Amino acid sequence: MSEEVRFRLQQVSCFYGGTRALHEVTMDIPARGVTAFIGPSGCGKSTLLRSLNRMNDVVPGFALTGRVLLDGQDIYSSRADPVALRRRVGMVFQRSNPFPSSIFDNVAYGPRLHERLSPAQLALRVEEALRAAALWDEVKDRLNLQASMLSGGQQQRLCIARALAVRPEALLFDEPASALDPLSTARVEELVLELGRSLTVVIVTHNLQQATRVADRTAFFLLGRLVEYGPTVELFTTPKDSQTEAYVSGRFG
Amino acid sequence: MMHTPWLKEGVAARWLAAAALLISLAMVVGLVAVVSAVAGKAFWPRPLVQLHLADGRVLLGEVWTREADPNHPGHERWRLKTGNRDLEGQDFVWVPKAAVVAREVPSAAWLVERREYGNFYGFAGELRSPEGIVRGTDERFSDAVARAIRRGRELVEEERHVLDRLAALHAPVVKYEARAKGAKNERRRQRALAALERARQHEEENAAPLLARLAEVRHQAEEVTLVMNAAGGQVMTVPAAGVVRAVPINALGLGARVELYLSRWWEFLSAEPREANTEGGIFPALFGTALLVFLMTFAVVPLGVITAVYLNEYASGGVFTRAVRLALANLAGVPSIVFGAFGLAFFVYGVGGTIDRLLFADSLPTPTFGTGGILWASLTLALLTVPVVVVATEEGLQSVPDATRDGARALGATRWQTLRHVVLPYAAPGVLTGTILAVARAAGEVAPLMLTGVVKLAPALPLDGTPPYLHLERKFMHLGFHIYDVGFQSPNVEAAKPMVYATTLVLLALVVVLNVVAVALRARLRRRLSRSAV
Repeated sequence: MSEEVRFRLQQVSCFYGGTRALHEVTMDIPARGVTAFIGPSGCGKSTLLRSLNRMNDVVPGFALTGRVLLDGQDIYSSRADPVALRRRVGMVFQRSNPFPSSIFDNVAYGPRLHERLSPAQLALRVEEALRAAALWDEVKDRLNLQASMLSGGQQQRLCIARALAVRPEALLFDEPASALDPLSTARVEELVLELGRSLTVVIVTHNLQQATRVADRTAFFLLGRLVEYGPTVELFTTPKDSQTEAYVSGRFG
Repeated sequence: MMHTPWLKEGVAARWLAAAALLISLAMVVGLVAVVSAVAGKAFWPRPLVQLHLADGRVLLGEVWTREADPNHPGHERWRLKTGNRDLEGQDFVWVPKAAVVAREVPSAAWLVERREYGNFYGFAGELRSPEGIVRGTDERFSDAVARAIRRGRELVEEERHVLDRLAALHAPVVKYEARAKGAKNERRRQRALAALERARQHEEENAAPLLARLAEVRHQAEEVTLVMNAAGGQVMTVPAAGVVRAVPINALGLGARVELYLSRWWEFLSAEPREANTEGGIFPALFGTALLVFLMTFAVVPLGVITAVYLNEYASGGVFTRAVRLALANLAGVPSIVFGAFGLAFFVYGVGGTIDRLLFADSLPTPTFGTGGILWASLTLALLTVPVVVVATEEGLQSVPDATRDGARALGATRWQTLRHVVLPYAAPGVLTGTILAVARAAGEVAPLMLTGVVKLAPALPLDGTPPYLHLERKFMHLGFHIYDVGFQSPNVEAAKPMVYATTLVLLALVVVLNVVAVALRARLRRRLSRSAV
């Protein structure tokens, strides 16, 4: 692969207390396109995703060995600042989690935290983020509406807009559509595809069809190990590993 | 078979629960109803009854109780409030019903409420003033008396105002005297003496006109006197300035009675107590209670919230955290008098004594902060209520979904920013719930106050117009203690009984008002929180 690499993982192992959740994962995640992590529950795919912006740091007993390089910098080195890291690597969660405030304030939260923008600049930034999250046309006339008044799918797109408003380089999706109806799922998937053109997008999903629809590359995890990683089409049609084949063909999971 | 197992169905349990609820409800409603009823009646004008006794005595007064005479079974006796303490030496007499020959409600009877010696009951005599004498038979008498009382009130107020100014003039003299006495070296002593001399001079130069005015006011106040005749024939003379109100009470129509009733309530709420707290108002106690609770809230909310935030957000959840939680839970069960003893030892003698040695050494051995005061009492109450606030705040913090915290953290918010912007606003209603509970608990607490600064009569309010305005070291009055004092420690318990119930009602009302304010605040906060806050 001659593409630019965003994340380079070198023998990453994760532990919760004494239990090992990930075994020496080594992989490169390119700067453009969508990378999907698939695998049965408890295979460590979410742990790995949350390790990419150090969201696991607050979990009691969590430990990580190996190296996670973001643009060549070790994000777990003692000099690395997790707060600055999360500004570069945003995250969208399984359940939408808007703050109990207006649509505008939700999207403006990140920029207000990190930048000194004039009200006009801030309004522009909010609009830009909402447009990028394909929510602008639906909410432009009611930005002061309480975020909780939006539908589930809209709330999830609002959370995407909120993450985009700080202009991250990478966006992590942790099963972003698992709590949504099919129509909303389709819109979020479109959005993931769209965002993958300009950002590094990593998505964890249970839904194999979803992976085939949105991901350029797919990584299959089983019992904390990276079993197979490659272009999505190859992984689903000509898997090299028998376990991968068993999983993608629906024999277990 | 149609035999439904009665117990199994839970019918009995349901009825038991309903009965228990009903009893609890009845007790609460009963409490409020009894207190309100007795207190509500307390200031309603009672008719003056004139009794002619078999032995020739004539008594005028209010019939307070009728009961079976324990000395003469089968007979009734009446407790008559005859007032006129200055003439008779007592306010009440027992009259055996059998001794009453004749009984009437004379429309000419007057009630005179006085600043000293309590009520006078009798008949109109005359009003003497430099302008002349208005006789009781004169139809202008009522108006003249009312005018004289109004003028008298103005004079009393002016007298107090002049005395305040004189006290303000004298304050520096006292201050420099103490400083000269406590000076650590000769140079300081000389400086204090020079300042003292200047203060004395200043006082001397400015006091003369005030003293003259004071003499004039006092003279004017004594010039106008009301002369009344008691039912027994004695003559009572009182300066108009010494009269709170004087009315021909039996002749009053309903409107005038209502007016009298309301004006008595207003006096009760707004005036200072007289006659060892058995008369007058409760304003200093009301004010002291409100200020105490206010100061306590100021102390307990930050303390409790910070503790809860630490326990919930930062502490690792180990043995230490569990020990702290256990200690807090136990603290909530400690009898309040123990807190009083702690407040006395730690705040008053410990902290207060140290402050005195360091900052008020001049005035020792007279303590400034080293004695009970509103600050120490409120801090003691804060300690007493801190577990409530901690528990409620922790509940509030635990109700914040992890997903919401994650959302903020994933945007690059630091732990503190997450706490500040997302977690605390979310938990604010919990904090207010804790505050409400703390206020409700503190407003009714008396025992710890008795050791840390409450008094039956405070010479000055803890908040007034003289700098530094808020006098945290001052002793204060409190409604709860006032109830105890008036009800059980006063020289005239019988006469003060209505005051006790009225004070109780005011204390209840105060607690309710404080709670309503806090609940309204919480509701507003919740609304705002759900509108925009982050």
